[in-house]
Amino acid sequence: MKLHIAFKILAILLVFFTLSAGLLVDVPALNILNETIRNLFFHVTSWFAMVFLFIASFTYSIRYLRTGSPADDLRARVFVETGMIFGAAGLVTGMLWANFTWGSYWVPDPKLNGAAIALLAYLAYGVLRNSLQDSIQRAKVSAVYNVFAFVMMVLFIFILPRMTDSLHPGNGGNPAFSSYDLDDNMRLVFYPAIIGWILLGLWMTEIRIRIANLKKT
Amino acid sequence: MDKFLAILTKEFKSDFRNPYILGGAGLFLLSTLFVCYITVKRIPNPSTWVALYWIIILFSAFNAVAKSFTSESRERMLYLYTLSGPGAFIASKAVYHGIVMVLLSMVAVMVYSTFFQMLIADTTLFYISVVLGASGIAIILSLLSTIASKAGNNLTLMAILALPILLPLMMVSTTLMKNAIDGIALSVQLKYLFVLGGLNVVSFALSVVLFPYLWRE
Repeated sequence: MKLHIAFKILAILLVFFTLSAGLLVDVPALNILNETIRNLFFHVTSWFAMVFLFIASFTYSIRYLRTGSPADDLRARVFVETGMIFGAAGLVTGMLWANFTWGSYWVPDPKLNGAAIALLAYLAYGVLRNSLQDSIQRAKVSAVYNVFAFVMMVLFIFILPRMTDSLHPGNGGNPAFSSYDLDDNMRLVFYPAIIGWILLGLWMTEIRIRIANLKKT
Repeated sequence: MDKFLAILTKEFKSDFRNPYILGGAGLFLLSTLFVCYITVKRIPNPSTWVALYWIIILFSAFNAVAKSFTSESRERMLYLYTLSGPGAFIASKAVYHGIVMVLLSMVAVMVYSTFFQMLIADTTLFYISVVLGASGIAIILSLLSTIASKAGNNLTLMAILALPILLPLMMVSTTLMKNAIDGIALSVQLKYLFVLGGLNVVSFALSVVLFPYLWRE
């Protein structure tokens, strides 16, 4: 029970730290990027949190297929929902950043398209769940789809963009964060930010699971 | 293995006895090709040529694969599952759809390239891209159409589920085909070839692993 409260306090502190330090910390003044480099604390970290939550959902879907317990199915569903929130946040922050550095909200780039399509696959997961009436059938069928979609998402976000040139930092010869800023200030915010968003995601998931359980009874 | 071959031959025998189902899919493809010919008339640009080809293949694949599952009654499916086991059943379905789609896409290439002339520099790789792309689409759709059939064989649902998942495959096969038309060196093409082959293998393996959880529904 103690651990339960400790992780929530840690989540609040880390998110608060990210929001304040992320906007206030000294960042290296780089060509073109300037202050937009602060997006690292918000955009990159939301994708980290999203991937973490989708991995959690994927493992619960596999567990559901092995155990058949409705609790695992519920967790798989809720992890997808919170993962989508972080995915949407990552997409929006990325688009704002792109408008300032690339001059357009959306560019035809493999990394961007991959991210958008991965989110579409998870929206389809929601549609699939709602179109099945029987709860056991819904759980099984959507678990199978979730496993399939996750494997394709890994391929889409992590493998395909590395095969072609991309404008996105970290691809196609563009420097990623590690090469611009061995600036320790930024690392000091970046790593806590990842943990903070992930903990916030876990907390949101926990609340939603509790709401779903209360609705059932 | 025996069971796998038995179902595979059963599929071809039933097509031979009742050629209207497959004939319908073929006719759909031909009509679509003709509609494209009438409306588009000339395609000077290789990227557009490749894109239109794969869009036509994608939609005739939806048609062909969805038809094959609706043509069998629920009772007969259950009978086949219990006779052969779910693994052999989905494997033979995927291979059957793969063969049908490869045949359809070969016919499509011939008709399409007579309608819209295009000089192909590397014919071997071009045909490899046709075969691997078509078989990949067929394998992925085999699993997804069983998922969609749980929700009342809804074609819209199948499109929503399948399109995001098919997109990595489409991206790789269009790039491979476009490069084959331009005659790009094999050393560049090798990675696309590898990923396309890998996608086929991964989606086939996932179908065989996941289908046993679906079949009893």
